[in-house]
Amino acid sequence: MADKPSAAELKEFGDAADAWFKENTVRDPGFMLPLTFMEVSTDQQFDFLRDWQRKVYEAGFLGASWPKEYGGGGMHSEYQRVATRAMKKYDAPIMINAIGNGWAGPLILDLGSEEQKQTYIKGMLTAEDIWCQGFSEPEHGSDLGNAQLKAVKEGDEYVLNGSKIWTSLGDRAKYMILLARTDFEAENKYKGLSFFLNPMKIDGISTSRIKKLTGEYGFVQTFFSDARISADCLFGGEGNGWSMAMKTLEYERGAKVKPVGGYFVKELDVMQIVELAKNSMRNGKPLLDDPVMRDKMTQYMIDIQALNLNNTRRRMPQLMQDKPMGLPLMNKLARTELIRELTEFSLGFQGTKAGYYVGDENAVDDGYWHRSYLNSFSATIGGGTSEIQRNIVAEHALGLPKTR
Amino acid sequence: MDNLGNIGTTEEQIELMDVATNFCRDKSPMDKVRALIDDDLGYDPDVWKEIGELGWLAIAIPEKHEGVGLSMAEVVPIAEQMGRNLMSTPFGTTTLAAQALLAGGSEAQQAEWLPRIAAGCAATLALSEDSGDWDLANITCSGKLDGDSIVLSGKKQLVRWADSAELIIASVKVDGNVRFALIERSAIGEGTLRRESIIDETARSFELTLDDVAIPADALFDASRTRETIEKIELAAGLIQAAEMCGGSQAVIDYTLEYLKTRKQFDKIIGSFQALKHPTVDNYVEYEKARTHLYSAAYSWGEQGRGEVAVRMAAAQAHSSYSRAADRSIQFHGGFGFTHDCDAQLHRRKAIFDGALIGDAAYQRSKLASLLFD
Ligand SMILES: Cc1cc2nc3c(=O)[nH]c(=O)nc-3n(C[C@H](O)[C@H](O)[C@H](O)COP(=O)(O)OP(=O)(O)OC[C@H]3O[C@@H](n4cnc5c(N)ncnc54)[C@H](O)[C@@H]3O)c2cc1C
Repeated sequence: MADKPSAAELKEFGDAADAWFKENTVRDPGFMLPLTFMEVSTDQQFDFLRDWQRKVYEAGFLGASWPKEYGGGGMHSEYQRVATRAMKKYDAPIMINAIGNGWAGPLILDLGSEEQKQTYIKGMLTAEDIWCQGFSEPEHGSDLGNAQLKAVKEGDEYVLNGSKIWTSLGDRAKYMILLARTDFEAENKYKGLSFFLNPMKIDGISTSRIKKLTGEYGFVQTFFSDARISADCLFGGEGNGWSMAMKTLEYERGAKVKPVGGYFVKELDVMQIVELAKNSMRNGKPLLDDPVMRDKMTQYMIDIQALNLNNTRRRMPQLMQDKPMGLPLMNKLARTELIRELTEFSLGFQGTKAGYYVGDENAVDDGYWHRSYLNSFSATIGGGTSEIQRNIVAEHALGLPKTR
Repeated sequence: MDNLGNIGTTEEQIELMDVATNFCRDKSPMDKVRALIDDDLGYDPDVWKEIGELGWLAIAIPEKHEGVGLSMAEVVPIAEQMGRNLMSTPFGTTTLAAQALLAGGSEAQQAEWLPRIAAGCAATLALSEDSGDWDLANITCSGKLDGDSIVLSGKKQLVRWADSAELIIASVKVDGNVRFALIERSAIGEGTLRRESIIDETARSFELTLDDVAIPADALFDASRTRETIEKIELAAGLIQAAEMCGGSQAVIDYTLEYLKTRKQFDKIIGSFQALKHPTVDNYVEYEKARTHLYSAAYSWGEQGRGEVAVRMAAAQAHSSYSRAADRSIQFHGGFGFTHDCDAQLHRRKAIFDGALIGDAAYQRSKLASLLFD
């Protein structure tokens, strides 16, 4: 492990990051920039974000604390933290390779072989190799443990048959982290699952784009028809797929492997909503003179402030003694639901203008709010729905029994 | 918006949290809470004495007045644990009276009363009147100069623990201006206190008839400090009540969880039904938000601007989350939930009472809106 930097060293690095993002951040490339990696739809957006990630990596501000021998910066994690802070400060675009850097990378660094680390890590940092996630299936989404895509071993290969769906960046990806069934006789549904680092650009794998509620493309259905992959793609051993999948969730929460840095989802700037409200009119008067709107906006401010402070409180063990898993587990539920409500609320400010959508010159803020509201569901559904999050909080933080 | 505060703790706060957690749990088990409901005084005098001996009434009193010299931030964990265990005593009103003295009392008044309070003497405030207005300046009780004394008139309501208090600080109008009058126990005659029936059966409250009560002419806070006294009272009361309600929310959620984990219907533990499980998670999320706000308010205590925003956010969130969690607790206990024996009602009633004292969640939000948007 790299040494903890002195305050002076850290400041020097932070100043350099600040200067770099100040100079290099493009906020308006002339087309809509995705707010999340799940939103990437046009070639233009994809190419821009891929280039951007490579640039940030090459400048030394992504993967700064990942091991040097595989392409990282080999520095203490504090360095990455200040670099990410600089990105936020200049409102830099997202990092596109979320599944690679956020999920697959940490898993490989933690449990992978030397060869796997050499093969996969650098390419995901440069965004040369885009990764996707093949967990959900048409018939099994929330019930992920029931995934049925078939992986049958033949010699030193596995033969894959079945389908994955809602695969974000599936048509762009070179690799997929894949959850497949290798044992149909296992004593329970979880034990029959295995985890693969699966190549996408091979015979037998095809994708078909799915149009999203926003009218754009971005995720796909992935079809596997006698697709043959090397047995070396198996990760973590046969029958351990479920625990590998669950491990990726731990990385998301920042355990063990140092975070790669950057962000895959842009946080909504709530002050923008307050601004929007302040600039909106109702019955010839400022909207925030309306007592109902005032009260609602105030409650949202209370909610936002609580969730922002929760992030600090999570790191204060003295305020986390009772139900220590509570705050970490509720975070996704509380945050994504709040953003959905808030963006919906913001449409109500716009009066007749709420009728416009992205692409019309009369739309408020180029339709940003409509797009944000519609896209907010990606987070209340993707990554485990809010209902499933409530089950998780209930069962793992409050100790309530499972629903059967 | 730069009037939003941060969160943090002090070492003393955390030490007090540990001590208060054990003390309140041990000294206020539920059977005792229930027994005290039928007790005249409403609290255990031995426990009250111990609270004084622990120095808890001295926490936010400066050292020069024989206090500990900490701040309201360190009172928060104690009030939280008291709320959690429904431990009702004059702790809150006494702390509040000390804060009022610090904001508005003269050197002499502070020197006379703060050391006594720090040593364990109970005190309270008499603020509310028949209008029911939460605006502390909207009052009609009055005081008239008569020689070297002031003769008071009018009626004060919701004077908590008045029968135990050695000192009552009452708001009255003198020459049309709001002033705070220091009324000693000895100045109050027979029949001036009427015990009120209040929704929170664990607390005690009185109507105080001021008519013909006379106090020395110098027993008023300085006129120039009325405004800051009102502000201090509002904020200190908001913080104390937010802490109690936060502790109460935690308790009523735990109480509900206990039932959800043991009661069976249709051969299933009822906690496995999502119609109960999911709202309980939502209530828990709201509680954690309230607790985050509480410790942010404690941290921001004393910061101009931020302090008030943080306290009102804490009070609003604590009141709405406590009310909701206790309301659902009644429902989720079924027929038992409708009984006096079920603890859910104790919490539901206390949430109503606490909101009545300081202003409910909607009132806090209306105050906040001005601070945030205007
Ligand atoms: C924008 C977006 C991007 C995505 N990207 C990916 C990706 O890259 N890779 C990938 O593998 N998947 C991805 N997903 C899929 C996502 O993980 C699933 O959609 C999600 O887990 C829900 O599964 P489902 O769609 O089958 O819905 P279902 O599981 O059929 O759910 C339907 C409804 O039933 C509710 N429900 C289901 N089970 C329960 C229960 N036990 N208790 C209470 N309510 C329940 C759900 O909450 C939901 O409201 C993405 C989804 C979205 C929206």
